Amino acid sequence: MKMTVENDPDKCVYCGGCVGVCPVQAITLKDTKIIIDKNKCINCGACVSICPVGAMKLKK
Amino acid sequence: MTDYDIIIVGAGPAGLCAAIETGKEAKVLVLDRKQEIGCPKRCAEGLSLRWFKKMNLKPKKEWAVQEIKGAELYTPNGKSIKMKAKKAEGYVLERKIFEKELAIEAVKKGAKILMKNQVIGAEKKDNEIELIVEENKEKKKITCKIVIACDGVDSLTAKMLGLNTKLDLKETDSGYQYEMTGITGYDENLLHLFFGTDIAPRGYIWIFPKRKGTANVGIGIGAYEKETAKYYLDKWIKTQDGLKNGSIIEVNAGVIPVGGFLEKMQADNLLVAGDAGHMVDPIHGGGIGIAMEGGRLAGKHAIKAIKENKFSEKDLSEYTKEWYKLSGNDLKRRLKGRHLLEKLTNDDFNYLVDSINVEEALRIGNGTLTKKDKTILFTKKLITRPKLLKLMIEYARD
Ligand SMILES: Cc1cc2nc3c(=O)[nH]c(=O)nc-3n(C[C@H](O)[C@H](O)[C@H](O)COP(=O)(O)OP(=O)(O)OC[C@H]3O[C@@H](n4cnc5c(N)ncnc54)[C@H](O)[C@@H]3O)c2cc1C
Ligand code: SF4
Ligand code: SF4
Repeated sequence: MKMTVENDPDKCVYCGGCVGVCPVQAITLKDTKIIIDKNKCINCGACVSICPVGAMKLKK
Repeated sequence: MTDYDIIIVGAGPAGLCAAIETGKEAKVLVLDRKQEIGCPKRCAEGLSLRWFKKMNLKPKKEWAVQEIKGAELYTPNGKSIKMKAKKAEGYVLERKIFEKELAIEAVKKGAKILMKNQVIGAEKKDNEIELIVEENKEKKKITCKIVIACDGVDSLTAKMLGLNTKLDLKETDSGYQYEMTGITGYDENLLHLFFGTDIAPRGYIWIFPKRKGTANVGIGIGAYEKETAKYYLDKWIKTQDGLKNGSIIEVNAGVIPVGGFLEKMQADNLLVAGDAGHMVDPIHGGGIGIAMEGGRLAGKHAIKAIKENKFSEKDLSEYTKEWYKLSGNDLKRRLKGRHLLEKLTNDDFNYLVDSINVEEALRIGNGTLTKKDKTILFTKKLITRPKLLKLMIEYARD
């Protein structure tokens, strides 16, 4: 099954770090919300690696 | 006719200094997606005196809240070296107040600022730029002759206009911080820096005091470490007697572009400055001063472009060239210093601290080792440590 990346809004401190490292601009930060464009995401995991609080997870 | 001459995206230190530089001579709009300038901060708020001088700033007690006279470095084996001058060498700021002051100055100069306005699209049309801006779910179009992208580490504006500013994960640090109060045992006139591959892999932990008993306590680590920045910081705080009973009054996070400098910081009708252009010191991750200088320089080149009516990528390339002369080339040398630091084990680090002096360490960091330094390092100080010697020779080779 295809992996997808998900944001945990309880953990996220909306720092925007994941937005900056995403190679395909699949992430946007609006106020305090992270929005992931699943159609653009290539599941590279960059956002998971950089997140300072572990709020991004790759899921099956 | 465009709506504005210049639109600056991002009201951080870079964007606000670009606005101060341009406000008088052009019709300038600053847009920021946040609801409050300077907040939430993604920063430990340390700014050295050199930047005050460069930017003609006088420290005011309202925002330059703690005078800093030096630093104390703590090595993995628990030793510490203190470097304390008699006079101030810098300040820890209250950034929300500082940035508001910059904003007031920018507006006095003639710029207009709009908060809660997020740029969600940008397109070049003929010789102008059309931005799509969202405010409270409503979209509007605003046009200008030139955009200065100062939208920070999460910059999308430059990418929308065809300039690849993607962060390289290898050259990006993950940062996490608490503003804490009720802490004890740390000289409030010093920055405290803690090193060790166990406590902060590829990075360090800092305590930047904001007044006695209150400080920004944070960590920056590489992107590829096993655990998160938060994990390492929480674990370490529990081991510190002066911190573990303190209270957290703010939680901050952010990522830091510590290298990966851009070959081009311009595209047609576009300049990039600050974190958006990866303008950060690769060793300590400081970016406030460099962002202000970069913003001011971008402002200067935007005005020149307007006066000459020349907005092509090629015409604007003078900006990138001038930035490298001003700061970029120095930062590139310091990037080499960081790559060296990353390769050191705890043992190497302890050994170096014991065997070299502060001046030598600074010259290693700045990439300005002299011939004499090299001779002393290679033939005397590191000769008994073959691995370290090899690293240092590799580093010193130009
Ligand atoms: C944990 C941590 C600690 C640090 N400590 C220090 C330190 O002690 N000293 C130091 O000098 N530097 C430090 N830095 C680095 C410093 O914070 C940055 O280099 C500096 O803030 C860069 O300024 P800037 O103006 O480029 O960007 P920012 O200050 O990030 O401003 C960018 C602005 O753009 C806005 N924006 C983004 N996208 C959009 C959009 N699409 N539309 C509208 N607005 C948008 C954002 O809301 C933001 O306000 C630290 C960084 C971190 C993460
Ligand atoms: S990097 Fe992590 S904490 Fe920061 S905005 Fe992205 S998911 Fe949230
Ligand atoms: S997994 Fe990669 S492509 Fe997908 S959102 Fe994260 S950084 Fe972007």
